[in-house]
Amino acid sequence: MKDTQGYLTADGRQIGGVLMEMRNITLRFGGVVAIEDISFDIREGEIRAIIGPNGAGKSSMLNIISGFYTPSNGEVWYKGAPRPLMKPYEVARMGVARTFQNIALFEGMTVLDNVMTGRLTHMHAGLLSQALWWGRARDEEIANREVVEKVIDFLEIQNIRKTPVGRLPYGLKKRVELARALAAEPSLLLLDEPMAGMNVEEKEDMSRFILDVNDEFGTTIALIEHDMGVVMDLSDRVVVMDYGKKIGDGTPDEVRGNQDVIDAYLGVAH
Amino acid sequence: MAYMSKGAEGLRSIPALLRRNAELHGAAPAYREKEYGIWQSWTWAQTEEQIEALALGLLDLGVAPGEFVAVIGHNRPYLYWSMVAVQMIGAVPVPLYQDAAAEEMEYVLIHCGARLVIAADQEQVDKVIGVQDACPQFEELIYLDPKGLRKYDHAHLRAFQAVQEKGRARRGDLGEELARRRALLGYDDICVMLYTSGTTGKPKGVVLSNRNIIETAKSSAAFDHLTVGEEVLAYLPMAWVGDFIFSIGQAYWAGFCVNCPESPETMMTDLREIAPSYYFAPPRVFESQLTQIMIRMEDASALKQRLFHHFMEVARRVGPRILDGKPVSALDRLRYRLGEFLVYGPLKNTLGLSRVRVGYTAGEAIGPEIFDFYRALGINLKQLYGQTEASVFITQQPDGEVRSDTVGVPSPGVEIRIAENGEVFYRSPGVFVEYYKNAESTRDTKDGEGWVATGDAGFIEEGSGHLRIIDRAKDVGTMADGALFAPKYVENKLKFYPNILEAVVMGAGRDKCCAFINIDLTAVGNWAERNNIAYASYQELAGHPQVLDMIQSHVEEVNESVARDDMLSGCQVHRFLVLHKELDADDGELTRTRKVRRKIIGEKFVDLVEALYGGAGSVYTETEVTYEDGRKGRIKATLEIRDARVVPVRPATLAAE
Repeated sequence: MKDTQGYLTADGRQIGGVLMEMRNITLRFGGVVAIEDISFDIREGEIRAIIGPNGAGKSSMLNIISGFYTPSNGEVWYKGAPRPLMKPYEVARMGVARTFQNIALFEGMTVLDNVMTGRLTHMHAGLLSQALWWGRARDEEIANREVVEKVIDFLEIQNIRKTPVGRLPYGLKKRVELARALAAEPSLLLLDEPMAGMNVEEKEDMSRFILDVNDEFGTTIALIEHDMGVVMDLSDRVVVMDYGKKIGDGTPDEVRGNQDVIDAYLGVAH
Repeated sequence: MAYMSKGAEGLRSIPALLRRNAELHGAAPAYREKEYGIWQSWTWAQTEEQIEALALGLLDLGVAPGEFVAVIGHNRPYLYWSMVAVQMIGAVPVPLYQDAAAEEMEYVLIHCGARLVIAADQEQVDKVIGVQDACPQFEELIYLDPKGLRKYDHAHLRAFQAVQEKGRARRGDLGEELARRRALLGYDDICVMLYTSGTTGKPKGVVLSNRNIIETAKSSAAFDHLTVGEEVLAYLPMAWVGDFIFSIGQAYWAGFCVNCPESPETMMTDLREIAPSYYFAPPRVFESQLTQIMIRMEDASALKQRLFHHFMEVARRVGPRILDGKPVSALDRLRYRLGEFLVYGPLKNTLGLSRVRVGYTAGEAIGPEIFDFYRALGINLKQLYGQTEASVFITQQPDGEVRSDTVGVPSPGVEIRIAENGEVFYRSPGVFVEYYKNAESTRDTKDGEGWVATGDAGFIEEGSGHLRIIDRAKDVGTMADGALFAPKYVENKLKFYPNILEAVVMGAGRDKCCAFINIDLTAVGNWAERNNIAYASYQELAGHPQVLDMIQSHVEEVNESVARDDMLSGCQVHRFLVLHKELDADDGELTRTRKVRRKIIGEKFVDLVEALYGGAGSVYTETEVTYEDGRKGRIKATLEIRDARVVPVRPATLAAE
């Protein structure tokens, strides 16, 4: 996009230029059109929400961003250049980290080890060095552990550091997922329904952490969420999808007043 | 330890002790804190540099001598340094309870007139900002953890490190002023002001002088032979006098290392990693540890269970005797040795108590079974009796004379007197200077000759010279028929059951005693799980008929035991109910140190009290509760009231004084 000016949010944060841009994205599974000609951008430093009723194509959109799906048509622009076809791990190396709607942690491993896996894209030591745990592998592990410990401290999960993930309650597992994503030090963080299935207190905690991450590390966040209260409170701008189409895009207030959005959520005769 | 007596003359303040430690033990660790998963440590020399930098920074902020500076947060080296830095420039630190609600904080900040507050994190900063409009004198806020504070208006908000940097930069021109102020610190200057938790009314600011703290630290360190090699874990509230004495007074006097846990939740892991040699915990901590051991043993394999029970039986029989240095047969010694290898050693290691040389418990009575359990394992657990006003120590148990029913002999330098009405009075070098801005209360508590009323009723035991405490003097009353009423005595007996967390016994001026009971969710929850009892909430579990049956059997056992005491047999519990909510300091029902506030509970649950005495079989009630973030809600419940069997007693002819 031409404009790299950014804008000032209601609470006075400066939002930067465009980090990622979706240009006329269409995604088809055989004859089913999951996403149809959608364009929007994600700016540096903002919290961008994607909302919509079930089956609207939100998760598919997130999967395109993370490189898991390849769009049938359209381009993904990242940091000012079109992104070539990439495997998800290559996208991850470019600074995109995500959490999953259904928790995808290693249940038998400790919290610490799970979060350490988030550093995988930052490990470069060779097989021999790793096997002997000598030289580069050791130095890297020490540096990676330091990053991981800062994340653990940040998300206040010190007390479960050595606990196997399988023994944790759901809300904490979600937090560990966030920790793993953060450990990758992403420039774009994708959260797929971070609040799903949480109680009010857990949602409050998670909201606070999302805001803190954005505030403290300046991480750009794109999230999918069903809880409207959370979305409207957290995000700077919202994309609304329905039946694979974009029906609204703007600040929470603008979106709230959009008739198409109201129809999509309250239902009208089609 | 020769330097201790030799150096005592010049050591008239905590900063002076700091200087001596930096000189004598410059390279020895003074503080450790677990952060980012690693124990970070600071030597005494480094500590002095950190404290001086902060003190210079505070001078730069214009803190005047005699000014009060509030310190709020959980135990972190930085906050301990803050207190000493404040002392170094002649000002007075006022540590506050970190879990205090905003209104409590507002009262204290206005009362002491603090212009500067040093807060640990965003939570505390928010509280202070929330009440700042009510505190006209309040000006500056220093914070430790910057998380979440980036967007705050920094006009009157500074980062701890930034203040230190500023101080370091200005060492050239402010260094002289700092040296001058340090030199002026006198033995009778104020060392610290601590707010009492206040079982009744508003908190009072207890002013303690350097003399109070240092004399107390000196004699108590000698009493237990504390040396520079001790390790302690600082995890109790910094606003509590005990923490000030242990983690600052004694630590600076003896020069030992203070270890701060990573977070309050990791305390048990950190305890295990540090394995302190000198350990203090309120009875509650020992109780919950024991409950957990027992619960987990039930999940162990049959062989392990049998080993455990067999050797615990051996330990109960001979452990305390070995600890007290009494004669034990060679066979028993051998058995105990084997038990140490197979059971006690690993267990102590798991608890983090392997190296405890001196352990204390105080604040509440501890159940004899609990006390004996730890002693049997070979842990030198002792009791002490103290108060904020005494700089902690009034009495303590010497090695070899430890029992669960006394609180020990007068600490070195302490004189004890029992008044006509049974109230305990003491006089010592640790006796506080005054209650700040409250001459009336000072006069009521401390007389012209320096005798201080403890507010506790007790007596000195014939023969051993140990002090025994019965109850709070003002709680000791008489019943309608003139029989002696001492609620704490009965409550403690009830609380010794793991299933009962808290009990409140009523009966002053009445014809019989009744009680409110709080179940212990850990113990009762585990029991419910074992017995396939489903429950959805605390309230539901508390009202379950089988739980009530169990509590009833406990109450009846207590009645039998109370009936055996001639003086207090009238205190048997005739009727009781199990409360639908846990008594909570946030609701004002307990103090911050978790003591029961009878008057408030009596007023708040007046409908329940009436139902207990009215003879109803059940009662419907609505209670307001305060959530942690200050919001309020209501819970509704219908509580069943049970009659407990009592043992008939002769008419109380022995009516108390």
